[in-house]
Amino acid sequence: MSTGIKDKVAIIGMGCTKFGERWDAGAEDLMVEAFEEAIADAGIEKNQIQAAWLSDCFEEIHLGKSALPLSMTLRLPNIPATRVENFCASGTEAFRGAVYAVASGAYDIALALGVEKLKDIGYGGLPNSGSNSGSLNWLWMPNLTAPGAFAQLATAYAAKYKYSIDDLKRVLAHVSVKSHANGALNPKAHLRTPITEDQAISSPMVAHPLGLYDCCGVSDGAAAAIVTTPEIAKRLGKKDLVTVKALQLALSNGEEVQYNEWDSTYFVSTTKASAVAYKEAGIKDPRKELSMMELHDCFSITELITYEDMGISPRGKAPKDVLDGFYDLRGGGVPAQVDGGLKCFGHPIGASGLRMLYEMYLQLHGRADQRQLKDPKLGLTHNLGGFPFMNVVSIAIVGKEGV
Amino acid sequence: MVGIVSYGGYIPKRRLNRMSVIQEMGWYIPALMMVANGERAMCNWDEDSITMAVASARDCMAGFGKSSIDGLFFATTTPPFSDRQNAGVVATALNLKEDILTADFTSSQKAGTTALVAGLESLKSGDKKQVLVAASDHRKTRSASFYELWFGDGSASLLLGSDNVIAEYKGSFSMSLDFVDHYRGSSNEFDYTWEERWIRDEGYAKIIPQAINGLLKKSGLSIKDIAKVVYPCFISREHKGIAKKIGASKEQVLDNMHEETGETGAAHPLVLLASALEQSKPGDKIIVASFGQGSDALLFEVTPNITKLAPRNGIKGSLAVRKEEPSYAKFLKFNELINAETGIRAEAATQTALTTLWRNRKMILGFVGGRCTQCGTVQFPKTNVCVNPKCNAFHTQEDYEFSDKEAKVMSFTGDYLAVAVEPPVIYGMVQFEGGGRTLLDFTDCDLESVQVGHTVKLTFRKKYYDKERGFTGYFWKATIK
Repeated sequence: MSTGIKDKVAIIGMGCTKFGERWDAGAEDLMVEAFEEAIADAGIEKNQIQAAWLSDCFEEIHLGKSALPLSMTLRLPNIPATRVENFCASGTEAFRGAVYAVASGAYDIALALGVEKLKDIGYGGLPNSGSNSGSLNWLWMPNLTAPGAFAQLATAYAAKYKYSIDDLKRVLAHVSVKSHANGALNPKAHLRTPITEDQAISSPMVAHPLGLYDCCGVSDGAAAAIVTTPEIAKRLGKKDLVTVKALQLALSNGEEVQYNEWDSTYFVSTTKASAVAYKEAGIKDPRKELSMMELHDCFSITELITYEDMGISPRGKAPKDVLDGFYDLRGGGVPAQVDGGLKCFGHPIGASGLRMLYEMYLQLHGRADQRQLKDPKLGLTHNLGGFPFMNVVSIAIVGKEGV
Repeated sequence: MVGIVSYGGYIPKRRLNRMSVIQEMGWYIPALMMVANGERAMCNWDEDSITMAVASARDCMAGFGKSSIDGLFFATTTPPFSDRQNAGVVATALNLKEDILTADFTSSQKAGTTALVAGLESLKSGDKKQVLVAASDHRKTRSASFYELWFGDGSASLLLGSDNVIAEYKGSFSMSLDFVDHYRGSSNEFDYTWEERWIRDEGYAKIIPQAINGLLKKSGLSIKDIAKVVYPCFISREHKGIAKKIGASKEQVLDNMHEETGETGAAHPLVLLASALEQSKPGDKIIVASFGQGSDALLFEVTPNITKLAPRNGIKGSLAVRKEEPSYAKFLKFNELINAETGIRAEAATQTALTTLWRNRKMILGFVGGRCTQCGTVQFPKTNVCVNPKCNAFHTQEDYEFSDKEAKVMSFTGDYLAVAVEPPVIYGMVQFEGGGRTLLDFTDCDLESVQVGHTVKLTFRKKYYDKERGFTGYFWKATIK
């Protein structure tokens, strides 16, 4: 009988680079930057790490395959190291590998490090893989981009819930305005300029109806976590532990894109993963119990719909919560994208999941400076990789030990 | 009795207003003005001779089964492949039987009529039940040339057989003459043409009458017995002159369609023949002749069956589905006559795994999906495990054709980031009537005209072109009905 991951693993150290167009740094430099902060934060020696996980997604444009770049760059002492890739859930996958490794008792201390160097391709947006996207996919799938794939949620959502595109754009603008306000308070964010709703609405169209400010940035970055068991953490002298409460993954099985039921206004995987994650964490009413969230806001519409898939806003009612400020930093609800989100950090795929956990970790330790929330207890991170119609979803819930 | 059982037509929706050429290039060749009347049909960027042939063939096959089709002849002078049978691509797109004879007829403007003669003659032995002849052309012309204004893009198809014949084949007469009015070297993009006065006087004015008169003599008929005579000649004045030479009245001869489409190359005699069939009544005799290193002339007699043929687009219906294209620059870009910036994003790999294509040819070219024989769920693509969560049976799916099914738009977008010939790239998810759904590119529509809930139908189009290797990839796209 499985008992879940709750309180079996503690995070003892985290690091995160400044995200942005890091023309000065390659993926190796970013890994070192995140690792140095994490290991200093953990207060351990490098050779105490017994196993490591590396996550990246577009490895072909920076590190190449395998976990060798991690082992070689950090000069790890010939320990097991594994590279994981699961679209945008990659960072959380690396974390999951490290967490499960120590929870199983196989290792005492493990490292998860996520990195992505996107700004070495010479053009904006994510890399265009062309026929390298899968030999059969290439023959028939629309030549879609991420904004185009997610924009379809907006046209379907507006049609189902009878919002005009203009009204929906006003709601989506608020989602982005809120994230920019948070990002402006974060020295590690890529984009640190507050924006107005009118600016967001009138920004150039990227994929109808999503404009520039509905899309997250594209940037370089890395983040790392060092994990162990609560017992070992205490032996190392750690107090006020941040522990893992839930770690879940759900993947589409093709029903959305091939069966006749899904209506393109929600995420099947998020809906399923969130329910299992709440159960694992012992959360009954997320709207009341969660202190904060970092959702996968690759696009404003993704964040809006995820509020509903998370069971926090009722179906079709997320726009009301958004306009009421429920997800704002000081809105009295469940603040989302507390650090500025993908919107302001950009989305170096392999790093994002760990970057989100970094903010939860800072908040739970009271180290989030101007963004600090009052006495947060539970934080949730969420990644959604792929497309609305077929995707990989990861959810992590972390919190103070004993909550 | 052997003859035509059905006809179909396809003219690309876009029509270039010829005055847009004058506006941009009139300063350069003022004489272009002489032929700048009307509009020319122009392929969308994702159309070529193969896609147009598939479109006219589908129109032609409306209401007919596929099981009797024993042959497919494809005529064009602009085959996308020099060595990979183009007719084979058309046949696979139409999901015809695999035990049939397919052939490309090419290298001459008379290829369409030659394919027609070959098809009809092959039926006479009784070895074949039906032969489908599809002709199309998409000729590339130099900017500001007369040929740019004379030529147009289009296609026509004829289903030939011996049952339910709408126009009986009465015989043919061919002339084979190496009269080189123009040629296109095998490594050249454009035609090289000799002086038009010579082409007119020694070519059109002599060779077409020779073929038509030869056919009349062979058939023991006079021109007075013929209800409709159709033949190509892009020089409109000379087109009328030929009528005079063969003694045909204005009423007997169909116009050369310069004002509606321009001359559609090897397809043009068949486009004109389909047009003549649309206007004919039982008992009418029709002559169709071609021009290209000689001429083929064929004689048909329309039967009462023509009144029973189910409605179809044909040429008339295709002409009615039109959108004027006022931008000459767009015409140039679609035909790669200007070297526009595409950005680094467009440099992605474009290789085709031929093994993958072969295994999935029915899915990719034929839009064939699966139907679960256990639970009845229709799905695309056809896979090993049924997608219905209450079924999930292994290895239960049979072929299910989607190409003629209508669908509703579930979601869509107009993507300005994706690599595009004509931004935005419109795509979305569609739900088929009778089940099944998929993501599809949309074509021949504006973003403003797409809404969730709209009905779409499918059209076979170019998906990508691999410039490095010269390979065109095809798949199906959605068009707003």
